[in-house]
Parts: sequence; structure tokens; C-alpha cells
Amino acid sequence: METVSFADWFKEAANWAFILIALPTLFGAWRTVTSNNIVRAVLYLVVSLAGTAAMFLMLGAAFVGLTVVLVYIGAVVILFLIGIMITRAPLGMEAELSHGRDVKVPAALLSVVLFAVIAWAMVDAFGMYMIQPFEPTLTSDLANTLFDRFVLPFEVVSFVLLAALIGGIAIARKDDEGGNR
Amino acid sequence: MTIIQFLLVGAALFSMGLYGVITRRNAVLVLASVELMLAAVNINLVSFDAYLQDQLNSGQIFSLFIIALAAAEVGIGIAIVLMIYRNRQSADVDELNLMKG
Repeated sequence: METVSFADWFKEAANWAFILIALPTLFGAWRTVTSNNIVRAVLYLVVSLAGTAAMFLMLGAAFVGLTVVLVYIGAVVILFLIGIMITRAPLGMEAELSHGRDVKVPAALLSVVLFAVIAWAMVDAFGMYMIQPFEPTLTSDLANTLFDRFVLPFEVVSFVLLAALIGGIAIARKDDEGGNR
Repeated sequence: MTIIQFLLVGAALFSMGLYGVITRRNAVLVLASVELMLAAVNINLVSFDAYLQDQLNSGQIFSLFIIALAAAEVGIGIAIVLMIYRNRQSADVDELNLMKG
């Protein structure tokens, strides 16, 4: 496997593009978990997810990236906003969106330790191995594999989506006036 | 491009998602933090797909499955939060301690 030195890494233009994508992604994730405004927290999630979509484009996975834009940014974030509005969460207040310091400090410690362990394991295993130059994945190739080799998991996922649809309706509908469902 | 840069971003997103799941009290924000963790997993799958030059593109296909399942999970999660809010007038996960002994 081909490796690259740290100095040479900065000479590649794609890596500067990566830095420009990674910084907003991490900042968006950070604000998502720390923001005191519930609507802003969800909207920062859009920044973070858009950054992951851009990374998928960098890795030649155009279809996955565009699916993230459509499904996550288009549907899931809207669902979150609907959930916020229906539950009348404290909009714009500094109210109790997060725990106090007694939970935050151990949680931050745990997260940092988890990140250190994962990062150490990955640096140990992969070091500065290059990703070899690759052709972007064609959506038609992806479709051929999906409907050939992976057709059974695809059908199972379709069934899960149907079950989630029916379950969501059954859970969220209002009870009848008589009390029987 | 190296593989480690994508893996480190994925690890950072996963750790931040874990922090959010532990510290957030509002149920909708807990779900949003879970979404961050799933996005981190997707980054890992797609970057290993490119790194291993997989002919079947298994990494991308599995990340598509994860996206579909995450959408289903959020739909059910919001429905449950809505039900809890209707019964308890609150979306605070700390107040759901009925099963505490």
C-alpha cells in the first residue's frame, strides 16, 4: 500500500477541499449537540449532513451523496422540525434542553476517550495509506448490484419501511372519543 | 487522499453524537444526535468502499440501507415522542421514569 508523508498531504488540492468540507461538518455536529436553541440545533444538523454528502461526492459515491441530501436534509430534518413544533418545545429559550454539569463532564470525558480509542486504533491500522485513484461509481452499476446480489435485503428494507409507515400511523393517531382503538 | 482523514471525521462525528445522546434532555434532540452517529457510520462505510476498490460497491449499498432504516427510525421515533407528549405534556426523557423501581 502506498503511503504519503504529512508534508506531501498538504500539497494535494483535494485535501484542501476536504479540510474546507470537514471543518463545517464538525462545527455543525458540535453545535447540534451543544446549542441552547432547539431549532438552531436541528438546522446545524443540516450543515453537518450536507458536509457528509459532500464527502460522499469526494469519494465517488454520487448516488449515496444525493440520497443523503434528499432523504436526510429533505425529509428527516423537516420531520424533526414538525416534531419540535408539535411537542411545543421551548422555542428560543435557554430552557432545559441539556443536562447540567454533573452529566456533561462525564459525558464529555467518555466521548473524548471513545474518540481517542477509535482514532488510535485507526491510525495504528491505516497510518497514511492513500486511497488509490478510482473511477466514480456509476449509478447504473450500483443499481445492477442492488437488484441482483442484494435484492433480498432490499425487499426486507422495503417491508421495514411499510411496517414503519403503518406503525407510525397506529402510534400517533388520536384515540376515539369512546376510548376503544 | 488518505483513508485516515475520513475515518477521523467519522470517529469525531460518532463521539459527538454519543455526547449528545447522553447530555440532551429533549427527546427530539436525542434522535438528532442518533442521526449524527448514523452519518458517521455511513462515512466509514463509503470511505472503506473507495479504499478497498470494492467491485460490488457493498459499502455504498449498505449505507443506502442505513439511510432507509434511519428514515424509518426517525418516523417511528417522532410518532412515539408525539404519543408521550400527548400523554405526559412533556418531551423530556428524564420525566419518563414510570419503570423505575
